[in-house]
Amino acid sequence: MSDRDGFLLREEDLLPLSLGAAVLGTGGGGNPYIGMLRVRELMRKGATVRVLPLDALPDDALVSEVGGIGAPLVGIEKFEQGEECLRAMRALEDLTGNRFSAMISAEIGGANSMEPIITAAQAGLPVLDGDGMGRAFPEVQMTTFFIYGAAPSPAAISDEKKNVIIFRDVQDMYWLERFARDAAVAMGGAAGLAIAPMRADFVRRVAVPDTVTQALNIGRTILDARHRRQNVVDRVIAATGATLFFTGKLTDVRRELKGGFVRGEARIEGLGDWAGSEARIAIQNENLVLWVDGKPVIMVPDLIMNLELETGEPITTEVLRYGQRVAVIGMPAHDLMKTPEAMAVVGPECFGYPELTFTPLAHGPVTA
Amino acid sequence: MIRIGIDVGGTNTDAVLMDGPRVVAGVKAPTSGDVMTGVIEALKKVLSEAGMSASQADVMMIGTTHFTNAVVQRRRLAQTACVRLCLPATASLPPMVDWPADLREVIGGHWWLAHGGNEFDGRKISPLDPEELRRIAGEIREKGIGSVAISSVFSPVSSEMEQEAGEIFARELPDAHITLSSDIGRIGLLERENAAIMNACLRDLSREVVEAFRHALAGVGFAGRFFLTQNDGTLMDAAFAERFPVLTFASGPTNSMRGAAFLSGVEDAIVVDIGGTTADVGSLQKGFPRQATVAVEVGGVRTNFRMPDVFSIGLGGGSHVIDGEGGAKVGPTSVGYDIVTQALVFGGDVLTATDVVVADGGLSLGDPARVADLDKGLVRRARDRIAEMLEDAVERARISPDPLPVIVVGGGSVIVEKPIAGLELIKPDHFPVANAVGAAIAQVSGEVDRVYSLSEMSRDEALADAKTQATDAAVSAGARRESVEIVDVEDVPLAYLPGNATRVRVKAVGELNV
Repeated sequence: MSDRDGFLLREEDLLPLSLGAAVLGTGGGGNPYIGMLRVRELMRKGATVRVLPLDALPDDALVSEVGGIGAPLVGIEKFEQGEECLRAMRALEDLTGNRFSAMISAEIGGANSMEPIITAAQAGLPVLDGDGMGRAFPEVQMTTFFIYGAAPSPAAISDEKKNVIIFRDVQDMYWLERFARDAAVAMGGAAGLAIAPMRADFVRRVAVPDTVTQALNIGRTILDARHRRQNVVDRVIAATGATLFFTGKLTDVRRELKGGFVRGEARIEGLGDWAGSEARIAIQNENLVLWVDGKPVIMVPDLIMNLELETGEPITTEVLRYGQRVAVIGMPAHDLMKTPEAMAVVGPECFGYPELTFTPLAHGPVTA
Repeated sequence: MIRIGIDVGGTNTDAVLMDGPRVVAGVKAPTSGDVMTGVIEALKKVLSEAGMSASQADVMMIGTTHFTNAVVQRRRLAQTACVRLCLPATASLPPMVDWPADLREVIGGHWWLAHGGNEFDGRKISPLDPEELRRIAGEIREKGIGSVAISSVFSPVSSEMEQEAGEIFARELPDAHITLSSDIGRIGLLERENAAIMNACLRDLSREVVEAFRHALAGVGFAGRFFLTQNDGTLMDAAFAERFPVLTFASGPTNSMRGAAFLSGVEDAIVVDIGGTTADVGSLQKGFPRQATVAVEVGGVRTNFRMPDVFSIGLGGGSHVIDGEGGAKVGPTSVGYDIVTQALVFGGDVLTATDVVVADGGLSLGDPARVADLDKGLVRRARDRIAEMLEDAVERARISPDPLPVIVVGGGSVIVEKPIAGLELIKPDHFPVANAVGAAIAQVSGEVDRVYSLSEMSRDEALADAKTQATDAAVSAGARRESVEIVDVEDVPLAYLPGNATRVRVKAVGELNV
């Protein structure tokens, strides 16, 4: 077997994968728990899913990006009939007369890490080892696929009632975000979205590579560290090249609703090496900016992750609360997320921080 | 009013007798394998210490582990059918999908998906189909299943469908126990459904246990009303407990925190409840334990109960003390209940946390001469380690920067006699039986957790509506209306959705209407 054959996803991979995906969710993206159970059910009924590297497909093969769109809270109450994304994908095949060769995730962070794996299991297709964000972001257009010119249409959205809406002609990715989100609300707050077919050579060039493997490794590291009773945060940092930016205790969390998104701020009082310092994290579903003692030190699109100090459990912005002890770690976003084109879609300004100039984190751990 | 509070713990069953706000007597008896024997033992002991007869007591409150034990040990659980109103939504994951296989097998793993359910904004996913439900009832009858759990998507927003389905099943299966998920849990379908199924499978046992309590209490001459305590620190009467046994899960930590608040008169504090092997640490807000926000597992099943946000550390009065490089190690192993024979000061040969505190002169207990020759350095290191463990735990439990006092309770709290983390230390009278006091003084609550669409009403109107609903729920659970107050309000906007929907949780509590 060559590297191009990738690897078969096994049932025992699902827990670490979901844990790693939650870490890469940078505080948002929804809980992958339901999605993990869905993949597990499919596997127990005999489905298999192969994870292929980005370069495994011929140039003209077609790749389908699918994902859930809607409110995570709806996702834990009215979870999926199961074939929402599959129907949306099939609708595009029927419309274009072309068949897809593989699935890929829009966002590896959070619940949408699982959605393309589920569709792949149902359709008997492989899933590519990569995604469109390398993290989680709140909106449809915030993927490297759209940033680098993926067609905004035709796209399709489907619900559990087998309603399928095709967006035949959409002028740009922002219109797609608007129409798809309105449709998702009408569909009961959650739906499956499939975007226009992408050629494999395009995906190979613009996808954030190896992120399924990365999520798996993060999850395995956390589980192994817990098993060995080691310091989980230290192990995650060592395994990922992330940097510890702050440890402390949450002293204030504010949230408010703006245009359907939760915006807010968390304040953290320093502990240990950071005693006497104060950190502030801006949140819009995900963690957007970290300030330490008034200075911005990490900002979107770089990754800001809160891990529970003792257990290393990723803490989503929804459950941030007073008194939690957290380690704030930062990871550089992939280079594809930091070009001028990317800045126009996922830079600090796009999240309401025009005063911040993106200052990228250095790659890898800082060494002497 | 004479009240008796009884709390069943892993090691001891504690009982107190209270006359109004005054603790007349408090005792400990070993917890028995069948739970009931220990309860009756503790009851007799506390009556004899108070010099009273059972007939003089007006009410009895019991925090029992009968039902948690049944689930954890997979014993005495009834065959149960789960019917979920949902189709076509949620078909990807059947009921009990995330249960341990052995538990699922014990109760038969029977489930049906049916039409019904609501959207987050109250719209119907599909209409209820009475014919379909009657057909399912027929299949349940044929299988001879006597307990039914009914769940419905977004039933915390609208419980009408579960109620309607419940009525249909009650007509079709007149002898069956029926549990509605909206009566038990909050948003999170799998977790709420899990709780409903566990409740349903405990219904045969609950009838038996409640009857056994009635019988046993009558046997000792008690003629008043008796209640079981719930995991949120409030009460349910015998009839309600028979219908909702699952709500007794994890009432122990709540009882000790509520007891700590009562005995100290302090409503906002950190509580450290130290037993023989572990210490439970949590924080009190307005006299109630802060609740956990994440899923809590019971017997391997995820639930979203109103569980107190309490964590345990391996430090108790009987914790082993071992000297080693870089300091002394205290716990997590322990002599536990055997401290009364194995600790040095009690004539045994095991060095425990209690021994080092006695050796350091912080406590007069047992025979101090037996620890007089302990190495002073070791004693110092062990005391430092104990202080460090307590300080870490208290810091972790603090939920505000305010200098809250620390209340220590429980039999093992003799090992604490100095302030922790620089905070005021309170060790109230009757601290060893604070958990039984918590049971005795328990109140009655009502709670609402639902999503409001703010396109039809303002946020203030939504909150006001939720508060009214919670108050009504408390009154219908047995609270005196004048005494009901709102103790907790939380609203979290729904993320990633325009249209401004918000999830509101409100809890109201009041004094028992006796």
